Amino acid sequence: MRVLQAFIAVVALILVALVLAQVPGGQVLLGIVLPYLAIIVFLGGFIYRVVSWAKSPVPFRITTTCGQANSLPFIRQNKLDCPSTKAGAVGRVLLEVLLFRSLFRNTQASVHDGPKLAYGSSKWLWLFALLFHYSLLVIILRHMRLFTDPIVGFVLPLKFIDGFLEIGATTIYLSGFILLAAVSFLFLRRLVKPYLRYISLPADYFPLLLLFAIGLSGILMRHVFRVDVVAIKELSVGLTTFTPAISDEIGVVFFVHIFLVCVLLVYFPFSKLMHAGGVFMSPTRNMANNSRMVRHKNPWNDPKIKPRSYAAYEDEFREVMIGADLPVDQELAVAEPEEAAQASTEQAKT
Amino acid sequence: MYGSGRIISALLVFVGLVTFPIWYNAGKAQQPPVLQMPAAEHPECVRDVLYMRTSHMVLLNEWRDDILRKSGPRFGVTTGGVRYERSLQKGCMSCHRDKQNFCAQCHVYTAVDPNCWDCHLEPTSEEALLSWTNEEVILNEEVILK
Repeated sequence: MRVLQAFIAVVALILVALVLAQVPGGQVLLGIVLPYLAIIVFLGGFIYRVVSWAKSPVPFRITTTCGQANSLPFIRQNKLDCPSTKAGAVGRVLLEVLLFRSLFRNTQASVHDGPKLAYGSSKWLWLFALLFHYSLLVIILRHMRLFTDPIVGFVLPLKFIDGFLEIGATTIYLSGFILLAAVSFLFLRRLVKPYLRYISLPADYFPLLLLFAIGLSGILMRHVFRVDVVAIKELSVGLTTFTPAISDEIGVVFFVHIFLVCVLLVYFPFSKLMHAGGVFMSPTRNMANNSRMVRHKNPWNDPKIKPRSYAAYEDEFREVMIGADLPVDQELAVAEPEEAAQASTEQAKT
Repeated sequence: MYGSGRIISALLVFVGLVTFPIWYNAGKAQQPPVLQMPAAEHPECVRDVLYMRTSHMVLLNEWRDDILRKSGPRFGVTTGGVRYERSLQKGCMSCHRDKQNFCAQCHVYTAVDPNCWDCHLEPTSEEALLSWTNEEVILNEEVILK
C-alpha cells in the first residue's frame, strides 16, 4: 500500500508534465519558470536545513565507536573507525562520503539448525549504493555539456569513458543504465525483503521511483523518442545566462524529464535525500573520540555555578554521611583531646 | 550557529558548484550553431527537417546496415520524388559539402563526437567531390591510412 502511494505520486507527476507540455504556455512553465523556482527552493532549502542543524549544540563527544578507541600504548587503536584526532575524524568522514564505509560494514543475521544465530557480511547494499551514487555523479557532470558553452573541459573525456562501448547510433552511456539497475535493486530490496517492507514508508519508495523515472525518461529521450539536442541546449544555456527561450520543436519527453528533475530538486531539501548534507554534519561521525583526553565543557553552563568536586561535597557532608552509615573516602579526623575540647567550647560560644 | 566558519564556507562552495554553469557562461561569447545550408538547387532533404535534426544518425546507421549487411538498394527517393544516393559521402555530402560549417557546428556545440570520419572522408573541395569515383575514394583512403 505504501509503495502504491509513492508509485501513484510518480505516475501523477508524469501525467501532469505530459498534460502541461501540450497546454499553451505550459512549456514555458515547465522549461523556464519551474527550473528557476526549483533551483531557488533547492539551494534555499539546503542552506536552511544545514544552518538549522548547525544551530543544534553538540557540547559533548557522541561519536560512534566502530573500532578500538585510543587507549594504552600497547593496544593498537583503530584510527579511522574510532578516531581520536581531527585528522582521523576527517578521514572517517571522507571514508564515509567517498566509499560508504558504514554500508560496507553491513551484516545480515540468519538462523540455522540448532537453532543457531549467525551473522554474515552483506555487501549488496554497499555495492549498489556506491554504483548508484557514482553513476549519478557522472550523469550530472556529463549534463554539463548542455549547460556550458563553450563546453567545459572535463566533459569530453568523461563522455568518452562513459560511452566506451560505442553501441548504437546515439552511443549508450554506461552510467545511465547502471543507475537504472542500481535504483531498481535498491527499490526491489525494500519490496522483496519482508522486514524492510515493514519499515519502509512512501518517503522511502518515492525518491527511488522518482529517480528511476528521471533516468528512464533521459534514456528514452536519447535512444527512443529522440529530441532536438541543439534546441534543448539553447534553452538550458539560456537558463544559465538568464535569457531563456523555448523553441517549439522540443519533444514532450524532454518536458517530462525536466519536470521530474524540478520535483526532485524541490523535494530534496525536505526529505531523506538531505543525507547529502547531513553526512557531513553527523556528530556521531565527524567528531574525534577524545573524551578521555580533553575536558569538554557545556558552553551554556551558568558561569556563576562553580564546578564542585566530590571531595568538597564530602567535606561538607562527612559527618551526616557517617551518621547515615554511608561510605566516605576520608574518615573524620580523630581530633587530639585538647583540640577537641577547644573546638567544643568554641562551638558552645557560637 | 556552531562551527559557522567551516559551515558557511562549505555552503558557499556548494552553492558555487551548483550554480557553476551560471558563472562559467557569464561573459563568454555563446557559440550557437550556424549552419551553411545547401544551394538552392537542392531544396529537399531525404526526410523532413525535424527528423533529420533528431535522428540523422539513425538513418545513416540504417543505410549502412541495409546496404552493407543486407545488400539493400544504394538509391532512395524522397517524398518529393528526388532520387538520392544512400551514402554519407556521395549522398548527404553532395549537398552539405562543408563539414566544418554543417556537421561540426551542432556536433561541437553539443559535444557529440561521431565516428563517421574514422573511415569516411570529407570532400576537400567541390570539384574534387564531383570528379571522385569509387576507385579514387578508395585510393584516397589508402593514402590517408599510410
